[in-house]
Amino acid sequence: MGRLSWRLSEVTDVRHENARVVTLALQVPDWDGHLPGQHVDVRLTAEDGYQAERAYSIASAPDGSRVELAVERLDDGEVSPYLAGELRRGDQLELRGPVGGYFVWEPDRGGPLLLVGGGSGVAPLMAMVRHRAATGSQVPTRLLYSSRSLEDVIFREELERLDAAGDGLTVTHTLTRAQPPGWTGYARRIDAVMLEEVGWRPGERPLVYVCGPTRLVEAVAGQLVALGHDPARVRTERFGPTGVP
Amino acid sequence: MGGFISRGFRGRRRAGAEQAARLPPGQYAESGFPVLTAGPTPRVDLADWRLKVEGLVRNPQEWTWEEAHALPGSSFEGDIHCVTRWSKLGTSFAGVSVDTLLDAAEPLPEASHMVAFCYGGYTTNLPLEDVRGGKAWVVWEHEGKPLPAEHGGPARLLVPHLYFWKSAKWVAGLRLLDHDAPGFWESLGYHNRGDPWREERYWGD
Repeated sequence: MGRLSWRLSEVTDVRHENARVVTLALQVPDWDGHLPGQHVDVRLTAEDGYQAERAYSIASAPDGSRVELAVERLDDGEVSPYLAGELRRGDQLELRGPVGGYFVWEPDRGGPLLLVGGGSGVAPLMAMVRHRAATGSQVPTRLLYSSRSLEDVIFREELERLDAAGDGLTVTHTLTRAQPPGWTGYARRIDAVMLEEVGWRPGERPLVYVCGPTRLVEAVAGQLVALGHDPARVRTERFGPTGVP
Repeated sequence: MGGFISRGFRGRRRAGAEQAARLPPGQYAESGFPVLTAGPTPRVDLADWRLKVEGLVRNPQEWTWEEAHALPGSSFEGDIHCVTRWSKLGTSFAGVSVDTLLDAAEPLPEASHMVAFCYGGYTTNLPLEDVRGGKAWVVWEHEGKPLPAEHGGPARLLVPHLYFWKSAKWVAGLRLLDHDAPGFWESLGYHNRGDPWREERYWGD
């Protein structure tokens, strides 16, 4: 296989998903496509040649030369404030990829599927449910998505539409810090009880993908194993700020 | 792609000269210790923990936790580099040198490579020249404390001159071979050797 070469993409759209998260739609020349769950490396270059590289999950389903990244702005970050604050339509962005061959799902891998996301960690899971819908897949899928508040939920309206499509996808939210008046859903961090209520029984042998901050991923993966799920069918990806939780 | 400038990007994490000299290309200094794993963290009871050296050796070895700690100790102080771009400068680990483990097992002359295998099923491959001569350890302490499970405890391999996915967490043993055999990430798009100074991140780099 040849080297993953750096490509100069063009920003075709910038969408503000919430106060901290921006979706960048990119047109990537000669893009070979990607699998849902894969990521790209992004490289920024200053005028004096200084460079900074980071990895971002692809949030869009495979779609020709179009790639969408959901970027959460981290106040002490170096790359995310630029991507989520400075980049505009028509700007160029250097990237290479796709990267990663384990945290990926396609319809022919089957299910049932349990997707567990925290915060902007929902991005690669979004690529999976979007691809599932685009291909007409009926694989039974449950998405459990933890956010701080309703305003923090990314892709909220699109997830409502996908959930309402009646094709075997259900979306369950938990809001850990603030809930709107009349909220009847979960209002705490994901725990074993919630995983039992929302997820599949271990005997149904679901494929599980967990993505979010380290603390969420460690806790959820440990609870799933304790509930009796096969560790080999639980795939994890850490997402968000680096550093200890 | 030479000459491209990211409009409006100035960079906020420029390292000082001394730090910059220690950072391989594309890396930045990270003060924390990020956790990256492909699956759930295995929990290994110390009473059940074993460390093996097997394959092309004259005397296959298997140590218990107490027996491994009775081997001559060895420590590392220096820098580690993760393929996800963070480097941790000036950290330390303690355990036992891989030289000590291999010497006890007496590798056969035809042994040229090894696969580290782990609790949880992870594997990674290394040529013996990358783990011989004081370049690799099996460690159970990080900065003076027991290695936490999410960082590979009870014990992990430590090969600090290569990207950190080679430093396999939850190591259970070393299998010596007369050929190379790509491990988990090496079969999924990541570079077979992973030298950070040559920026060997992915296949073809």
